[in-house]
Formats: sequence, structure tokens, C-alpha cells
Amino acid sequence: MCLGVPGRVVAVNGQIAQVDFFGVRRETRLDVIDEPVQAGDYVLNHVGFAIRRIPDHEIEETLALYEVLLREAENDMMAADVRSEIDAAQLHSGGSGG
Amino acid sequence: MAAPAERPTGADELKFRDPARARALADAIGRMVEQIGRAPVTVMHVCGSHEQAIAKFGLRHTFPDGLDVIMGPGCPVCVTDLPEVDEAVVLAEDGVRVVTYGDMLRVPGTVRSLAEVQSMGGKVDVVYSAAQAVDIAGGTDEEVVFFASGFETTAVATAAIAVANPPANFSILSAHKYIPPVMEIVAEMPDTRIEGFLAAGHAATITGWGIFERFVERHGIPVVVAGFEPLDILAGIAQLVELVRDGRRAVVNAFPRCVTREGNRIAQQELWRVFRTTGGNWRGIAHVPNGNLRLRDEFAHLDARRRFRIDLKRLWTQAPAALTQLCMCGDIMAGVSSPEKCALFGKECVPDAPVGACMVSSEGTCRIWHQYGGHPRL
Ligand code: SF4
Repeated sequence: MCLGVPGRVVAVNGQIAQVDFFGVRRETRLDVIDEPVQAGDYVLNHVGFAIRRIPDHEIEETLALYEVLLREAENDMMAADVRSEIDAAQLHSGGSGG
Repeated sequence: MAAPAERPTGADELKFRDPARARALADAIGRMVEQIGRAPVTVMHVCGSHEQAIAKFGLRHTFPDGLDVIMGPGCPVCVTDLPEVDEAVVLAEDGVRVVTYGDMLRVPGTVRSLAEVQSMGGKVDVVYSAAQAVDIAGGTDEEVVFFASGFETTAVATAAIAVANPPANFSILSAHKYIPPVMEIVAEMPDTRIEGFLAAGHAATITGWGIFERFVERHGIPVVVAGFEPLDILAGIAQLVELVRDGRRAVVNAFPRCVTREGNRIAQQELWRVFRTTGGNWRGIAHVPNGNLRLRDEFAHLDARRRFRIDLKRLWTQAPAALTQLCMCGDIMAGVSSPEKCALFGKECVPDAPVGACMVSSEGTCRIWHQYGGHPRL
């Protein structure tokens, strides 16, 4: 549950960011992000909140594990945890912005 | 023991990234354990995701015989105490809508779990995030209680929604736990001889690695903060074993791409604005001073414990089920036992019919070993 999931910011709207998680578009909240982000940045997300902007030169290494995991079958536990982290990000757009 | 072990599905993937480096790290770990010259060298990690990766990628196969890497109390669901589950059960039985993370559903309480209350008609919903819990409250007039579990990484999300003016019918039943204090407890347990801790990367993303400096000073045990990739974990363990070999008491950050010394200041501010630490029992382990995160007085209006009179006594006329009393989750999380030593493992206790909390959560040692096969030297 603390594994989190990285995603690429597509757009920022106040306290909400549109984030691309390996091809899945979701909304994540920016209330507790460590520094400001903009489109193109990668962020680490946990239970629907971005908690860290991932420095550019470290993105590839961070993504590797998740790319392996997301190729896994539905019933793999660690893969399922990553998928539920993606599901933790809101599907719909147009949130209040907190 | 008939452990229903599948082959570690990701074992081959370890070769995919940098096999030479993985082998070099494994060799280095082996050499250093030999140099230490006594066995076993015991190190503990405190994170379900670490255990998942260690089991899934078959990392214990690469560790030398003289090295024990054990999982401590790194599963927030597993350490949620019976009375905490009972509070949620009583609320749901009384007709309050209880929303919680999926893993909490089947954690046994004294008499029953939330899943059982749900099957009896209780209003229990699963959410993936605290924000979804608020959304549920926003769509109804009835009282909605968010039964919130997880370590500091997850508590930050609860804090963020608490400060964002949730609807008046929303409240929080906090079962959040704080990891640093339990490391102190486990380090001092007479039966465990932990020589080093591998700290969880994403909890440290929030708290920063500096928080472990005082721990190292007090207990003389080195700490390495590590990430979750197989190579991250191998590198972390290599550094930890090196510190043990050299008798160095230090904190090493082996996960600099996510962890800084100070951590995420904004998240810390939210966390400590909403929560304070109190002492409390961690299931099966011990009373942990400062181990529980509870809402501060300023947020009393959101505290389900103040909004409702939660009478647990009616549950406590019954003892926990006999099988539950055999569960050794506590010993496992304290590092003095392991799942295959439990007579119920894979027999009476399986993921579809869990006896203990460690078989419920995807971060529980028993559940992880049940899925991936646990021990290298079975
Ligand atoms: S196998 Fe089941 S009963 Fe045994 S320690 Fe693990 S969770 Fe408890």
C-alpha cells in the first residue's frame, strides 16, 4: 500500500493535476506535493495524492519496476497494489480544486 | 510444511535490468557476511512492499546462508489492534456508513470483521483514497465514517482531506500508525537481535532520512533507506551489511531519487497539523509509545471517536475465536518467528479464509509468503 505509483503530469489546474499513469489518464491531488509541478513532470503518487516530484534524471530508473509489474497478470499481488494506486486517483474531471 | 508456493513470477525479471550489477551486489553481500564471521547476521525491513519485492523477485535466493532478512511490523493493516477494528464494527452495526481501504474489510475483530457486518446488511464501502471517502459523504445526508489505516505516508492523505473542509456528515476513525517509534520497540526486544534496519523508501519520502539519526544514536543500530526495485533492495542490503561489518552506526540514504534528508516539508506540516502521536497497542506486538496517530483537538469535530459513543463492551462479552488465538502474526512482525512456523499457515489460514490479519493484507508477511512462496531454504 505504500508502494505508490509514478505518473506524468499532463496538466495542472490549481490543486489538481491530470496525470498519465502508463496510458491511463487520472486526476491526482497536489495538496502535499513537495514542490510545484508543471506539465511534463513526473510525480510519485500514493492513495490519490502526489507526494514527490521525481527529478528528471531519475525518472527512467523509477519507472522500470512499474513497467515490469504492470505487465503482470491480474492475480499478481504486487501488480494489483500498483493498479489500486492508479485507481486511487480520481477518474472524473472537474473537481473543486480543494 | 505444504506451503502452496508458486514460483516467484518475477524472478527472471531480475536479469532484465542489470544482471551484472545484481550479481556483483549479491557477491559483495556474501563476502561481507563471511567477513563478519558469525551467523546469522539479522537485518529487518519494515515495509510490506519490500517484502513483496523480496519474495516476488526471489531475492532471498541470492542472499548467503548466514544472512537473515526478516520483515518487521511493516504492515499497517496487520498491526491494527482488535479494539480498533471493533470500533468500526460497532459503528457499522449501529447503521453508520463506514468506508475504508479494501484490506481493512476482512481483518478479524474480536467477534467479527467489517466484511461480516457488510454481509449482514451493514453499510460498509471500500475506497482507494481518502478523497473518495469524502466524495461518498458529499453524495449523501447520512453520517459517513472514514476508517483510516496506514502509516505516515497514508496518514498524510487523510490529513490533507481533513484540512480541506469535508462535509459536516464526514468524520474520521483514525487507526493510522507511525513507524519510527515501533522500530525503537523492536530494536529493544530481548528475543530479536536486529543488527540493522532497512527503512521504507516512501515513508522516508515524507519524513526524510534525518529522522533516523536519533534512532541510530540511541540504539547503535545502522539504518539504510532503500527503494523497491530488486536492485534498490540488493544495494540497500549491501550497504547495511557493510555498516554492520564495519561496526558503523550511521544512516545511509540508498534511495536518493525519492528521499531527502528533510523529506517532504509540506506533507509533514499537514500531517502534524492534523495528527498527534499517542501510545497504543500494535496487534500482537507491544504497546508502542507514540505509535498511534490520532486527531488533534483542533480537529475534534472530525473525530468519529468524539462524534459517536462507541460502546465496545457489547462485543467483549465473547472471547476471540479459538483459532484466532493461535495466530502468531505478532511474533512474526516482531521478528521472532516466520509464517511457516505457524501450524495454521496454508491450512486453516489461507487468503480466502484468513485467521490472522497477516493473511489478509497484501502487505502481510503470511499473505505474501502464501502467494510467492516465502523462504529460500525450505
Ligand atoms: S498463517 Fe494465519 S494464523 Fe498463522 S500467523 Fe499467519 S495470519 Fe496468523
